[in-house]
Amino acid sequence: MRFLLVEDNTDLAQSVSARLKLDGHAVDWAADLHSANGCLAGASYDLILLDIALPDGDGRDFLSKHRAMKRDTPVIVMTARNAVSDRVDVLDRGADDYVTKPFDFSELEARCRAVLRRRGGSARNVVSYGGLEFDALAARIEVAGEVRELRNRELRLLEILLSNPRAIYSKAQLCDRLFSYSEDPSENAIEVYVGRLRKKLEGCHARIETVRGVGYRITDQ
Amino acid sequence: MWWFSNNSLGRRLLLQLLLVAAVLSALLYLAVRSVANQAAIAAHDNILGASATAIAEQLSAGEDGVLVDIPYSAFSMLGSISEDRVFYRLYSDNQTITGYEQLPLPRAMHTATPFYYNAEFRDAAVRAVALTRAITVADAPVQVTVVVAQTRTGHDVITSKVTNTAAGLGVAFFIVAGFLSWLATRSTVKPLHVVAGAIGRRGAHDLRALKSPIPSELKPLVDALNGFIARLREALHRNETFLAEAAHHVRTPLATVRTQAEIALRQAETPASRKTLRSVIRAVDESSRSATQLLDHAMITYRADQFAGEQFDLSALLYEVIQGLSATADLKDIELITDIAEGLICAGDRVLIECALHNLIDNAIKYSADEGEVEIKLESTGEVIVFCVCDRGRGIQASAAGALTERFIRGANVADVVGSGLGLTIVEHVASVHNGSFTLTARRGGGACASLQL
Repeated sequence: MRFLLVEDNTDLAQSVSARLKLDGHAVDWAADLHSANGCLAGASYDLILLDIALPDGDGRDFLSKHRAMKRDTPVIVMTARNAVSDRVDVLDRGADDYVTKPFDFSELEARCRAVLRRRGGSARNVVSYGGLEFDALAARIEVAGEVRELRNRELRLLEILLSNPRAIYSKAQLCDRLFSYSEDPSENAIEVYVGRLRKKLEGCHARIETVRGVGYRITDQ
Repeated sequence: MWWFSNNSLGRRLLLQLLLVAAVLSALLYLAVRSVANQAAIAAHDNILGASATAIAEQLSAGEDGVLVDIPYSAFSMLGSISEDRVFYRLYSDNQTITGYEQLPLPRAMHTATPFYYNAEFRDAAVRAVALTRAITVADAPVQVTVVVAQTRTGHDVITSKVTNTAAGLGVAFFIVAGFLSWLATRSTVKPLHVVAGAIGRRGAHDLRALKSPIPSELKPLVDALNGFIARLREALHRNETFLAEAAHHVRTPLATVRTQAEIALRQAETPASRKTLRSVIRAVDESSRSATQLLDHAMITYRADQFAGEQFDLSALLYEVIQGLSATADLKDIELITDIAEGLICAGDRVLIECALHNLIDNAIKYSADEGEVEIKLESTGEVIVFCVCDRGRGIQASAAGALTERFIRGANVADVVGSGLGLTIVEHVASVHNGSFTLTARRGGGACASLQL
């Protein structure tokens, strides 16, 4: 996905960009509303991540103008304020969703996906691998013409493995990305999801390989 | 005195008006009594005078003196007023011609017109009249003075009657004036109540200047009040801006720390550094959540104090809350099963209710096992709306259920989950503000049910 990040804090903007890039997304960063408008004029984005307090204006006004101009790029507002009234205000002005700083990237990703799904999947991109058609937005795979639904964790697991095929991911790495940091799951929990995903992948060349003592990887052989 | 220690404008005004009414009543009493008294005396005098004149007219000259034939009518007209005794005396040339010799004479003699005076006779107060006629006896004028007197018992009776009437009149006047004073006081003090009412009825966030029509005397007070309101509004605004700024300045670096910790975790090699980084992220989440709930708690305490009810669609609100939390549930593959009655209208504070619903569903998701189910139910049984959230999570210990709504108290079995211990306190508070109740029960087969009755 291609993100436009509108955030004036350099440290935060850089780390958010780095973090999103780790997941394979493209990110353009605008430090103020002026450059945000410049970016929007020159490129199209799947999603805008918008901060509220910006040096040259209020992100909410930007949001109102954005909607008034009939631009329909989805907007997720990132803000430090969490009062109910703020949330209502932002949603009323046309934001698609809302995350409070500091935010969990798995959650941000889930919200982005939900927003794009609600918007009718304009950014649909289907990944093909070894006879497998993977549609992350719709949370499903197609194997030999048969559509199979994925649950959230299966979806994320497949997404991680497919982001770099044949690369080996340790149980610990997968755990970190599938479970929230507030829980302490045993590493064996990951086996459950690997097992399920294997079942869903049956019938195509793509399969999940166990690399004994190291972890898992996806291959098409 | 008690009424001065009590600083009531109305009472002070009423007392002053009553004092004036009392003085006026006393004056009225005195005036009526004296006028009536004089009228009674004048009436009595007229009859006395007529009686004396009647006698005087019967005076005639005899051969060797004055002849008098006292007419019966002269006394009968006096008897008509009362049963007082009547005395008379005819006097001429230093001797009494006829009548009571001791009857006192007036100091001034020889007046043709009747002269009235008070005197004492036979141990009784009498009212007397004297008039003098010149009779020509043997070519020489003889001055004859006719004196008629009557005791004053009847007059005293009349006087006391008049006095009673005057007193009654005074008291009646005082009562009427008192009532009118009370009315006047009330209507004078009324604008104060109007102003007080206009301020008292205001909602917590209504910081507009007072504009209701007021008497000019109250203007300085209301102007001062409006000035104060303006300053308060300014201070509140500054406070809000400050809070927003503070949140921004605290949460933005926290977000940076959390993001960089996530990146570092992705690249971490050893289990030890992974463990450290996870605990960094957890600490960040914990502080962020505590900050949110502390602010929520403060907001709820504030709003509960200024509770203002409104009607809103609870079902629609619940759908919004669920939508906001569905991403959180999705991350753990938790299914939210809803059974929501449509179009339930609820009277209360929308923001408070939203906060309570959010906390309860968030709790259920937080404490549910992965791939669990959370049941959310909203129904109306008669007057009561029941909101119910049930999970299949770790449940609660029956002994601790009551204590969980206390501030900063958390269950003994939840140490591994991020939380502040304020969530249920907030829910409980919201329920009590709405005259509702909140119950937390362990569920058969594991898990817990939270139920909010409004």
